[in-house]
Amino acid sequence: MNQGEQKQATAIRRLAEARAGEPGALLPILHAIQDEIGYVPDTAVRIVAETLNLSRAEVHGVVTFYHFFRTKPAGKQTVYLCRAEACQSMGARALEDYARRKLNIDFHETTADGRFSLEPVYCLGNCACSPAVMVDETVYGRVTAQRLDEILK
Amino acid sequence: MATSTTVFVPVDTTARSLGADAVAAAIAAEATRRGVSVQVVRNGSRGLYWLEPLVEVVVDGTRMAYGPVAASDVVSLFDANFLSGAKHALALGPTEKIDYLARQTRLTFARVGIIDPLSLDDYRQHGGYRGLANALKMTGEQIVAAVADSGLRGRGGAAFPTGIKWKTVLGAPADQKYVVCNADEGDSGTFADRMIMESDPFVLIEGMTIGGVAVGATKGYVYIRAEYPQAIRTMRTAIETAKAAGYLGAGVQGSQYTFDLEVREAAGAYICGEETSLLESLEGKRGMVRYRPPLPAIKGLFGKPTIINNVMSLASVPVILDKGADFYKNFGSGRSRGTLTIQLTGNIKQGGLIEIAFGVPLREILYDFGGGTATGRPIRAVQSGGPLGAYMHPSQFDTLFDYEKFAAVGAMVGHGGLVVFDDTVDMAEQARFAMEFCAIESCGKCTPCRIGAVRGVEVIDRIRSGENATANLVLLRELCDTMISGSLCALGGMAPFPVMSVLNHFPEDMRARA
Repeated sequence: MNQGEQKQATAIRRLAEARAGEPGALLPILHAIQDEIGYVPDTAVRIVAETLNLSRAEVHGVVTFYHFFRTKPAGKQTVYLCRAEACQSMGARALEDYARRKLNIDFHETTADGRFSLEPVYCLGNCACSPAVMVDETVYGRVTAQRLDEILK
Repeated sequence: MATSTTVFVPVDTTARSLGADAVAAAIAAEATRRGVSVQVVRNGSRGLYWLEPLVEVVVDGTRMAYGPVAASDVVSLFDANFLSGAKHALALGPTEKIDYLARQTRLTFARVGIIDPLSLDDYRQHGGYRGLANALKMTGEQIVAAVADSGLRGRGGAAFPTGIKWKTVLGAPADQKYVVCNADEGDSGTFADRMIMESDPFVLIEGMTIGGVAVGATKGYVYIRAEYPQAIRTMRTAIETAKAAGYLGAGVQGSQYTFDLEVREAAGAYICGEETSLLESLEGKRGMVRYRPPLPAIKGLFGKPTIINNVMSLASVPVILDKGADFYKNFGSGRSRGTLTIQLTGNIKQGGLIEIAFGVPLREILYDFGGGTATGRPIRAVQSGGPLGAYMHPSQFDTLFDYEKFAAVGAMVGHGGLVVFDDTVDMAEQARFAMEFCAIESCGKCTPCRIGAVRGVEVIDRIRSGENATANLVLLRELCDTMISGSLCALGGMAPFPVMSVLNHFPEDMRARA
């Protein structure tokens, strides 16, 4: 284990131990790890399993069940495109095609320069002003191709 | 010293998604530049979303509305003297007189858009915590009876009587009970839960506290979807405020009751809106649906008796305890009592939140409130009740909003979400998406859902490519039947509904593509 990995492992252990006593602690711990490190690295599965006295299979199963947890680093910013019905009714399918072409990546991928990751999302609760896009935690409404260009400048 | 004028600029996610933060900053900056005293308050949204950002100015005690305001409009608003309610191209008159709002019956949403969401003083001044005060003088049985008598039914979509759930938990002896709020509002076309959490978080806290007092639960969890970061932040702050003021914790308001509340962040699985799957998730597991029985009311979170209700159901409890079961029950139609919070979305000119007594015709919502489509084209279909709800045909638009009346035409009120489509929609594509979505979000526990949804996409693709279309249409219906009768929960059991509605009402789209 190199120094960076060592440091990461220490951080994961600290985050896991901080909440280990809470009932149903696994999801809060995984959130805490992703918030701090940006993703849930493989080493986290072993450390969290040890801390919570679970099998690695159980932790791996939870990490991979939920769409929100990522197991690889993301781009600097994550672009969530809503693909659900309300946005579809206002042209989300065309916007989705445009975003993929513009960024030259598919969903769950990161641009070559590491700036953007693209993720599908099924509803941001902004359905009266569709289509909706969220960049990190900022939501945008009535997004056109032109507006997407401005948002991703 | 000149008196300060109060200006409201919403802090709600939708208002912010249309530039409300920039508007608030521009108003503050322009006021400073002109040397006028303005107090900018960030309120929740009134839910008139097509008018957001909706700016309100208090003039002689009346709130005057301007909207939709862009940051670039701010200088001209000052020039026109909007601070005294003067005329301007964006002026809408007194907010309460705007027809869209004036025609509503706001019970659950009584304070939404009016108060500063995080001001406990605002909350109390506008009727907050009166329901809890009454509840603390009642027995658990009396509280449960009030909720049952009000006729309140689960607003999350299943419409199960809330009072019966509570009564079951009350009657289940246990050393620990829980109150869980399902705030995993994943249906497209819905945002009422988000609005409550962002615009009036204390009403949800109060409703959950009343639930805890009623059944003897001392701990509550609000399970909020990760896609709602602002709702999560607002709820967490409000819970801290309520705790500090003695509304949560040991000895709620000087009583013998203890009730603690915690926000848990979901992680992007639609299935966790299903209550047993949500409980699994709260326990730190994969969100796999549980077999029933046992009911969550008997063996719920960590195996203990648990009240699990949607945000809207819990947020409706304070007004019922404040004004009485009869007050609430007197609104509505048939067995659908009280008010429904309709969320009018998609391709609609005037989208927003409409809280109204049950019994209103769908047509009135779409045309009188909504004003038709945003694109100006005819409405071809409306999906009601989320991604598992049927697509309604214009011939069904006279249906009254009522759980039973919607069910009678094969549709669903659900959580009150309406998604409007104009005549450019390809209904076969919508049917395909229903199956695709089910395949993406299936928890995988039961075969009809896990495999059926994948096969559903394939069969629809074959029909569209002209491959044995007649035989495959029969096969698709059989597949839908299997999923409906064989799935463990509503995801696989209802995903076929939108598909069947396309087969039944829009068969002309279910054919080979040119």
